[in-house]
Amino acid sequence: MNKTDNTDDLFATPDDTATLARLHRTLERAAEGEGLLDIAYRTIDSPVGSLLLAATPRGLVRVAYDVEDHDRVLATLASRLSPRVLRAPERLDPAARELDEYFAGRRRSFDLPLDLSLSTGFRLLVQQRLPSIGYGTTSSYRQVAELVGNPKAVRAVGTACATNPLPLVLPCHRVLRADGTTGGYVGGAAAKTTLLNLEAAA
Amino acid sequence: MSIKQPFENIVQQHGRTVLRVCRVLLASQDADDAWSETFLSAMRAYPDLPETANVEAWLVTIAHRKAVDVLRARSRQPVPVEKLAEEPTRLGLPGADDGLWQAVRALPDKQRQAVAYHYVAGLPYAEIAQILGGTADAARRAAADGIRNLRKDYPVGEPS
Repeated sequence: MNKTDNTDDLFATPDDTATLARLHRTLERAAEGEGLLDIAYRTIDSPVGSLLLAATPRGLVRVAYDVEDHDRVLATLASRLSPRVLRAPERLDPAARELDEYFAGRRRSFDLPLDLSLSTGFRLLVQQRLPSIGYGTTSSYRQVAELVGNPKAVRAVGTACATNPLPLVLPCHRVLRADGTTGGYVGGAAAKTTLLNLEAAA
Repeated sequence: MSIKQPFENIVQQHGRTVLRVCRVLLASQDADDAWSETFLSAMRAYPDLPETANVEAWLVTIAHRKAVDVLRARSRQPVPVEKLAEEPTRLGLPGADDGLWQAVRALPDKQRQAVAYHYVAGLPYAEIAQILGGTADAARRAAADGIRNLRKDYPVGEPS
């Protein structure tokens, strides 16, 4: 670089952060209006940590715990569904509101359009049946296997719970080991216990 | 299967630079509009962008086309340029020295564009030649002439 290449003095600009935030909101609305917002996402704070919420135009497609690594989850959504992924909170407002109500003990089931395109086959079958396990109750992996008509598929039920793209909304936290211990959870064992205690207290 | 990163990352990584480029090319409100249209167009085309593409050069190329459209539309309007340049709300940035931005926008189009793409976006002259047409040498000369004119009209560092 020669001396005349140093033009930082010429093009130094004031802080653009506020302008960029405003322009980003404009982009969110325009992308939604033009049908380009294939995946909108936002994060919310909760008693079980920061949660990533993502939705396609069809519905809520992903709820992810912090331990799943939100950046990695978004990269996976980009590669599996569409790279047109934008932080655009508005589409997630209903989901955020219902989750807030759930954590406040004021909501027992979710009434949200869901997009289950991340799941297929037996896993999808299991995940779709999870809401039949009522608020404040629990089932064993074996009971869920029986529920979907495949009583021997206990391990596969465990895998279906572990790969649930919509934890909380599809309540895999209500599925426990046959001996009553909590078993694994996509959000970690502590989060599972928190949710079970929340539902027991409400 | 694509391994493309989420578009949000593109906005985060390049949004600031594209805004600065737009501001060199256009007045403030027009620059904001050009930024929005650039990223909306980019989002539309993003799934088809080759994975080896230089994303910043791609964005600057889109911004260039948007700015050219705006300038063409402006030149068709019967508003004298001198008068536009005296409206403080349409000039430069909040808090920025209007003198510089007047000087930047007083440059001939090619010089202003070459300055924006090389000194603000940091693109090599070969890429700029692709955007502007012509040779890399011509782009280099346009940028050098632009900076020399700016230094002449806007002597930075000297007491005003």
